[in-house]
Amino acid sequence: MLLQILLTFAILSLVAVGGANAVLPEMHRQLVEIRHWLDDATFSQLYALAQAAPGPNILVASVMGWHIAGPAGMAVATIGMLLPAAILAWVMAGLVQRLRGAKWLKPAQGGLVPIAIGLLLAAGVIMAQAASDYGRLPLAIVAASAVFVWRTSYSPLWVLAGGAALGLILL
Amino acid sequence: MSEPPQTVVPAPRDLFLGYLKIGLFGFGGVAAWARRVIVEERRWLTEREYAEVLGLGQVLPGPNVGNAAVMIGRRFHGLPGALLATAGIYCAPLLILIALSVLYDRYGQRPEVAPAMAGIAAAAAGMVIGTAAKMVGKLKLAPEAILLLALATLAAAWGRISLPLVVLVLAPLSIAASLWRAGLFGGGAGVSR
Repeated sequence: MLLQILLTFAILSLVAVGGANAVLPEMHRQLVEIRHWLDDATFSQLYALAQAAPGPNILVASVMGWHIAGPAGMAVATIGMLLPAAILAWVMAGLVQRLRGAKWLKPAQGGLVPIAIGLLLAAGVIMAQAASDYGRLPLAIVAASAVFVWRTSYSPLWVLAGGAALGLILL
Repeated sequence: MSEPPQTVVPAPRDLFLGYLKIGLFGFGGVAAWARRVIVEERRWLTEREYAEVLGLGQVLPGPNVGNAAVMIGRRFHGLPGALLATAGIYCAPLLILIALSVLYDRYGQRPEVAPAMAGIAAAAAGMVIGTAAKMVGKLKLAPEAILLLALATLAAAWGRISLPLVVLVLAPLSIAASLWRAGLFGGGAGVSR
């Protein structure tokens, strides 16, 4: 069972181009539809739980692992989800270091920059769309927070605290 | 105008502590905090260096910022650096998630916290959008790069096209455009920046 969990998440790790949100549909297919480890409602609730905690969204895998098989499940799900991708990143970093002298490397890497920012922006937009389930006010919070982070260098903790307070009072 | 890039090499301990902060403060995802801590607060990398590492992290499978942590850790301190950065970003959130999982098992969901969470989620969405805007403002991208950036956003956010596909199609295009601009592609017809 634990080995199966490990393998399932290891495969998910390798198809997770774009990170946690990109792999979520496939995760749902594997865990709910194929393996029947979780039902639909539990999957959604665990996703929300993972979102509520700080940290990388990929840790949604850890929460699912916990629910499937307790602490050991969490451990193998986390290792399965993180390790293959981390090894790839390690190898890639080595490759980049070795090629450092090549004059095409900088421009080639620079070519990834617009894609990186574009996908970052897309993630923000998708998060904002999800937040708008609560009506118009969240969109005002999104806008205020975006301008705050864009235009000032004060700590974003202020907008997070402000968002929590406004949500608590007005939603 | 961009200030001269004055970066510092973090000690192994700082690498861990910086990433600990990124993980601990990263509500709704860590992308915005990672850039803030690495570029603005601690100045380990310039805006452009960070964007390049993040770009690599995004075309590889797995969590972008996690991949970037491995690469940044390795760049400064080899394997120990990669391990310290990775441990830093995941350890605090994992402990919190364990606590939340125990509470969830025992009490189920608490409906009262939903509105506060929605407010935080909205603020976090704004943080991510603001971070992207800040990077665009500082990086002085070429016109075709702006176009590709917009295409990536449209495809992923409104088209809901799967990210592997977006990356597979747009990354080679964007790399080709960047090589062309550097005069390394298409017979050196490009303009030097």
